[in-house]
Amino acid sequence: MSLLLLLIPLIAAGFVLVARPRSGRQIALLITLANLAVTAYAVFAFQGGGGDALAFHTPWVPNAGISFSLSLDGISLLLVVLTNVLAPIIVLSSFGRGYDHENRYYGLVLLMIGALNGVFMAQDGLLFYVFYELALIPIYFICAIWGGQDRIRVTLKFFIYTFIGSLFMLMSLIYIYLQTGDPMAGPDVVRHSFLWKDLLAVQLSPEAAWWVMLGFFVAFAVKMPVFPFHTWQPDTYTTAPTGGTMLLSGIMLKMGVYGMIRWMIPLAPEALHTWSLYFITLSVIGIVYASIIAVKQSDFKRLIAYSSIAHVGLIAAGVLSWNKSGVQGSMIQMFNHGINVVGLFFVADLIERRLGTRSLSEMGGIAKNAPRLATLFMIIMLGSVAVPLTNGFPGEFLLLNGVWNYNAWMGAVAGLTIIFGAVYMMRAYGLAMFGETNDATAQFADLDTRELTVLGILAVLVIVLGFFPQTILSITDQSVNAILGSVQI
Amino acid sequence: MNTFVPFIPFLPLIGFIINGLFGKQLSKNAVGLIGSGTLLGSLILTVACFNQIGASGPIQVNLYQFLAVDGLNVAFGFLVDQLSVWMMLIITGVGFLIHVYSVGYMHDDAGFYKFFAYLNLFVFSMLLLVMGDNFMMLFFGWEGVGLCSYLLIGFWYENRSYGEAARKAFIMNRIGDLGLLLGMFLIFRTFGSLNYADVFAKLQVIRVEPGAMTAICMLLFVGAMGKSAQIPLYTWLPDAMAGPTPVSALIHAATMVTAGVYLVARCNGLYALSPDASEFIAVIGLTTSIVAALIGLRQNDIKKVLAYSTVSQLGLMFLALGMGAYTTAIFHVTTHAFFKALLFLAAGSVIHGMGGEQDIRNMGGLRKAMPITFWVFLIGTFAISGFPFLSGFFSKDEIFAYTYAHGGIIWWALGALSATLTAVYMSRLLYIAFFGSFRGTHEQEHHLHESPLVMTVPLMVLAVLSVVGGLINMPHFIGIGEGQWLAHWFGGSGLNNTPVIPLNELHLDESLEWGLMAITTVLALVVLLVSYFIYQRAKNLPVADEAQVGLTKLFAHKFYVDEIYNFLFVRSTERLSKLLHYYVDVWAIDGLVNGVGKGVQSIGAQFRKLQNGNIEYYLIGMVAGAILLVLTMYL
Repeated sequence: MSLLLLLIPLIAAGFVLVARPRSGRQIALLITLANLAVTAYAVFAFQGGGGDALAFHTPWVPNAGISFSLSLDGISLLLVVLTNVLAPIIVLSSFGRGYDHENRYYGLVLLMIGALNGVFMAQDGLLFYVFYELALIPIYFICAIWGGQDRIRVTLKFFIYTFIGSLFMLMSLIYIYLQTGDPMAGPDVVRHSFLWKDLLAVQLSPEAAWWVMLGFFVAFAVKMPVFPFHTWQPDTYTTAPTGGTMLLSGIMLKMGVYGMIRWMIPLAPEALHTWSLYFITLSVIGIVYASIIAVKQSDFKRLIAYSSIAHVGLIAAGVLSWNKSGVQGSMIQMFNHGINVVGLFFVADLIERRLGTRSLSEMGGIAKNAPRLATLFMIIMLGSVAVPLTNGFPGEFLLLNGVWNYNAWMGAVAGLTIIFGAVYMMRAYGLAMFGETNDATAQFADLDTRELTVLGILAVLVIVLGFFPQTILSITDQSVNAILGSVQI
Repeated sequence: MNTFVPFIPFLPLIGFIINGLFGKQLSKNAVGLIGSGTLLGSLILTVACFNQIGASGPIQVNLYQFLAVDGLNVAFGFLVDQLSVWMMLIITGVGFLIHVYSVGYMHDDAGFYKFFAYLNLFVFSMLLLVMGDNFMMLFFGWEGVGLCSYLLIGFWYENRSYGEAARKAFIMNRIGDLGLLLGMFLIFRTFGSLNYADVFAKLQVIRVEPGAMTAICMLLFVGAMGKSAQIPLYTWLPDAMAGPTPVSALIHAATMVTAGVYLVARCNGLYALSPDASEFIAVIGLTTSIVAALIGLRQNDIKKVLAYSTVSQLGLMFLALGMGAYTTAIFHVTTHAFFKALLFLAAGSVIHGMGGEQDIRNMGGLRKAMPITFWVFLIGTFAISGFPFLSGFFSKDEIFAYTYAHGGIIWWALGALSATLTAVYMSRLLYIAFFGSFRGTHEQEHHLHESPLVMTVPLMVLAVLSVVGGLINMPHFIGIGEGQWLAHWFGGSGLNNTPVIPLNELHLDESLEWGLMAITTVLALVVLLVSYFIYQRAKNLPVADEAQVGLTKLFAHKFYVDEIYNFLFVRSTERLSKLLHYYVDVWAIDGLVNGVGKGVQSIGAQFRKLQNGNIEYYLIGMVAGAILLVLTMYL
């Protein structure tokens, strides 16, 4: 089953890339929906207790102890669900843009989806690394080909930055890999293994663990991004085509968070105690720092980009505090941040398409002519501001509680996000939607059916998950217990 | 009954959904009927609850598990005990009257259906706030009412300044909410639960360190400061008057702003163990009460006077809470809900009749054109000023009696000062607006009319309540029955079979009580009388804004607190935002990143020069390398 989630989009990507330009979008939508159906089946199987049956395992490079191993525990499953729920929405949201050679665009999106599914399911360190880098390739082309102004320079910087980051991860992985196996075994036996459980069994010396964790952290901190590794992000999010931005912010950055939970902390727990204070401090600085910058942004996409840095900072801080509340909070928040940020970027995109600008100061009074947009945008905005009974609240509550339990002062400073979040999001909403109409917004057309579908689905998710957060938390509950328990600090 | 309890909040939610989704297609009558009808349903169910609680104690209903993470078990559950049902009666009762009134008031507004949808959503949130059986449910309602307040203050969103006022209200509330949130984290860490039942039961068995208890109480109170507009988080409330007047009556006078009082009263077990926090609350309450009353003296917008009056009255409620008189605070919440809702709605009737005019300098002599509005406004003014035997008289008197008993004569005197100021600004408002001669334009004079029945009937009902509302908790020495009915109601057996609010007997000499009462009453009466003679004369009318000098100017400009906040917080954050963006983010951090990239590139470029294809360079390099190697080996 896990293999299907990988193969369907990867194979389809090949077809779409060579298909006729205009048919790409329909195929892509169908494929993502098929993947969603498979995911739904996986969820049912998992909740029926058949999670193990979803795994797939075969040797890949047996001589080197590398295997093609996929499996779905609750944590992986949740991120796979996120990926495949957002995939059709992202595909559908791109329909409004008539891209040149759009079959290639959709083919790359499918390739990306496949790679992301792989990242979240891989149980082998090298396989994880391969998918992690594989995901970078389609998004690089998506941004570099269909992006906006200055796209080549911005995308190249993003590519090099994250690529160098992941090289540090590779070094960490290889270092632990070399510690696996029985040192007393003979020369003709395969001594090392990249399998997660084998890597997990390695006891590192405190000094080695210190370096290993740092290596992982650099990779994941760049990807998420955590302050001060974030400067590629606002440019890239702003320049990339909106579909690409959605992939980056909705799903791809979760690779970093997931990496911390699955790989960084379990594999080098010996160093967590030493590092966590510094990492959490960086994350918390990032929350306040990015929030304050977001307050005066006038480019709507850039504002969302900075807000995303703040949100991700809180998620990282929650993970690194490494208690149940913080990690479960990160789980639900990864999911819900994905929904909200995709919604916000979609709104930014549809406004930009109508007005030809992303500048908030050139908007105003849109609510008058577009009440549907005003309502749905409001709901998604409230989710992002984490108003209770929207999806943003439970995660923020658990994360802040987790950080607070780690260190009360840190929790209080991180808590400033609930104030600043309201400041910048409501400012953006007010500038765009409230006030008198101007020449540009006087003719603003309300949502069409396709846009209504996309935003409607997202808004319903915002409210339903706001009322029933336990549906998500129960998926990851056991696995989070297991992973917390497997790490002896 | 238990199965019906969830319908009390969910009926207005259903109203919200119907009006929100289909209101545009429905007729105005249908919209109004759905909006008010759902509330009437809630009111009837609440009354049924009230009867059952009187007979058989509190009702608890759990709908489903909302969250379960590592001991943090939070249910979407309701607790209807003596305190919550009392708040529910106020919310649904006064709320229903305001809904009916709004049918008339908002009749010509294009957003009629939206207004009722938001109003119903507000009632839903407010009911969650008081009905929740744990702190998280309270927080749902707490932020929910804040959101509705935001939506309704910014109801006429085309006016940018209204939108700004809405945002200001939400953000100031959020500052308080952060305190409440942190308080909840500390409660969970201390008591291992967020459920009222667990927390209050544990309180009896474990010994909490006084420091931790004070921290919890202070953090919760920070939340109350935001929601109930206490210093320093009060400046949003006067701005909130940008919303339609029924909103000011319902949200910013009768219900939402009293949520902070409810929170402290709900946690009276915690506050009773923290004298430091209680004293702090009393200081904040009293200070707020006097400062707001002083500002109210020199406001000329009819709604602004009432807004500062609300802040001031809320201050008195917190004074009561700080003095340990929890029941008294709720008593004043109740009477205040009656007369302040009445005053706001009557002001709305004036604004309606005057075609949107809110400046009292342009009114005058309205009592002839709007007799019903005039009489109810007069009743409201007298009730809030403490005219003998009206509702405000009893509730205020009780606050001051407790203040004297627990705080001493200085506290009492300052409280009495605040009460006297109330009579001053309220009588000024009454006489300037309704007496003398009309000072508006001819058009306004022509347009002037009494409001329709749909508006005046709710006014009359509220006027009756403002008169008789004090009966619920009369002092024992006045002599009708036992007195103190409300105190006994709250003293009944609630959660864990302990009293919701323990009876707190006043140990004052009866003649002293009479004496204290006499002093404040005489002061109020003198003020009411003297102001009549002052403001009857045209030359004593408030001056134009430009002509204000001295204290008048200082009060009229609200002590310049908004300007100070703007400078200290808003401007500095905005400046910091730009500073961080351009200098730290783009210049320093990103500059460093690009610098590293460029550095690597230029190093690469330097190395590339070595590979220039010139064989002599390679040879020189080789020889130099060999010599270096030899040297390092032998040195």
